[in-house]
Amino acid sequence: MSLTAETSPTTGDEVIQNYTINFGPQHPAAHGVLRLVLELDGEIVERADPHVGLLHRGTEKLIEYKTYLQALPYFDRLDYCSPLGMEHSYVLAIEKLLNLEVPLRAQYLRVLFAELTRICNHMLNLGSHVMDVGAMTPNLWLFEIREDCLNFFERASGARMHSAWFRPGGVHQDVTPKLLADIGEWLDSRMPELFEDAISLVADNRIFKQRNVDIAVVSKEDALKWGFSGPMIRGSGIPWDIRKAQPYDVYDRMEFDVPVGTRGDCYDRFMCRVEEVRQSARIMKQCLRDMPEGPVASLDRKVVPPKRGEMKQSMEALIHHFKLYTEGFHVPEGSVYVATESPKGEFGVYLVSDGSNKPYRCKIRPTAFSHLQAMDFMAKGHMLADITAILGAMDIVFGECDR
Amino acid sequence: MIIKHAAPKISSNDGVIDAARAALGSKLVDAVEAHGEIALHIERGALVEAMIALRDQLEYQQLMEIAGVDWPDRDPRFEVVYCLLSVTKNHRLRVHVATNEDQPVPSVTGIWPVAGWLEREVFDMYGVLFEGNSDLRRILTDYGFTGHPQRKDFPLTGYVELRYSEEEKRVKYEPVKLAQDFRSFDFMSPWEGADYVLPGDEKAEDGKGAAK
Repeated sequence: MSLTAETSPTTGDEVIQNYTINFGPQHPAAHGVLRLVLELDGEIVERADPHVGLLHRGTEKLIEYKTYLQALPYFDRLDYCSPLGMEHSYVLAIEKLLNLEVPLRAQYLRVLFAELTRICNHMLNLGSHVMDVGAMTPNLWLFEIREDCLNFFERASGARMHSAWFRPGGVHQDVTPKLLADIGEWLDSRMPELFEDAISLVADNRIFKQRNVDIAVVSKEDALKWGFSGPMIRGSGIPWDIRKAQPYDVYDRMEFDVPVGTRGDCYDRFMCRVEEVRQSARIMKQCLRDMPEGPVASLDRKVVPPKRGEMKQSMEALIHHFKLYTEGFHVPEGSVYVATESPKGEFGVYLVSDGSNKPYRCKIRPTAFSHLQAMDFMAKGHMLADITAILGAMDIVFGECDR
Repeated sequence: MIIKHAAPKISSNDGVIDAARAALGSKLVDAVEAHGEIALHIERGALVEAMIALRDQLEYQQLMEIAGVDWPDRDPRFEVVYCLLSVTKNHRLRVHVATNEDQPVPSVTGIWPVAGWLEREVFDMYGVLFEGNSDLRRILTDYGFTGHPQRKDFPLTGYVELRYSEEEKRVKYEPVKLAQDFRSFDFMSPWEGADYVLPGDEKAEDGKGAAK
């Protein structure tokens, strides 16, 4: 018996050439307005060319025409899934230029809410990631948690998403003791129950693993070269976390672990985020335990406006209030690059001041920009259906990517 | 200076400038330490060699950001700022290069592929050219956009606006028509910032004669 070699598996069929398809900009798995031009060989991706900028609003240009305080709400609208993480970099950059001391309670509140933002962001990302690869239920459960987070934001700042709550010098207003008690109770009961239930459905799920394990493997060298940060660089096995390495606010007082991946695939990135949620909850509990009483914003009246009650009594307070909400404060000349660990990775602000009341230049370093650029080499050789898994594990929001 | 702010704490800057001076030699034009951050001003032509030296000798493995800055009064006009990060030394560094519209900056895509899009963005926003970037297309602005919006002489409102025309069944570009002009109030204190004639002051000169 002899084997005969088959010449073509598609004998008699027409030979299909490489072809190009448009993925997005109106595609539910594109996480916003991403247009991916994919060159396919059958179902194998040969080349991916992401076209971004469909949500470009000129934020950096607008900021140059606003005072420092007026520019703050623009940061909420960058990554609208984790607004406070964006504000954090900006207020720290201003404080660094001013060399302004922030009261301890304000630093604790900022860390508490930055971590709540991280949970809030990861709920959306983990949920949409599992939905992108075909599971429906976890997303609905995780949105329950996200809804709770948004309610907490509303109780602290008055707004569910665009809080504008972090201000240069502290936070806008104090939270009620009831809110802190409710967050503590939520962290002990409802959050872990819902979260662990939802994750137990996918973490060891065979189908979920088939869709994610060994997809888009990124080596340590590549992660460094392509400017990765956040869960993307940790997924590749580099234990780099700005909260740990370059602590800001009171992160140096917090005890938490930095999860790292072992293989650098989409599953590792997913599991890094899962563990980060647990660590965030741990940080929040420490914040609630250790938070001191005291002022929630700097008492430097040349930067932070006075309380309303004070204004009724004091002429000086009234003048300060008027000057701060018209002219705003002046920031000393110079430039700083301040980067914090936003839920998606390193979110940086390069702030150039010319000594006036408006930023001369405010360059925003989005996380998604460098991650998305790596799409081409990450997607090469994978199937078309893996694109959604890769995108989901990147955690991209276009408000931030396109600015 | 006593550090009072709560911004991210990087490793000490001690000795970094000396190490950079030793590694870069004459490529280093100036090294400035301000606000707790180090900025190295580097000769434009020697950028690539300098970056390789910074990556390999001083262990700045990651390029996090490239920012353009427009200084219309300066010559050369543009500044390109590279933000480097060392994950082993836990330190950040900025590299500044000066250029203008017709002098291309050598591309660092060969060292860090992430520079591809970052340079495209600087090109899009400022019109700075990068020599050696094989894919220098616009990135954030619209297909077919003209101008470089982040330049200081580009108006905030831009020049064209677009809308969907129901009659022609397509998207139309038209010159910007604003119902109200962009209002730029001047709140600067007249005792500090203002360098213009205050309303009414112009009468002071003429008034001298009339008061007699």
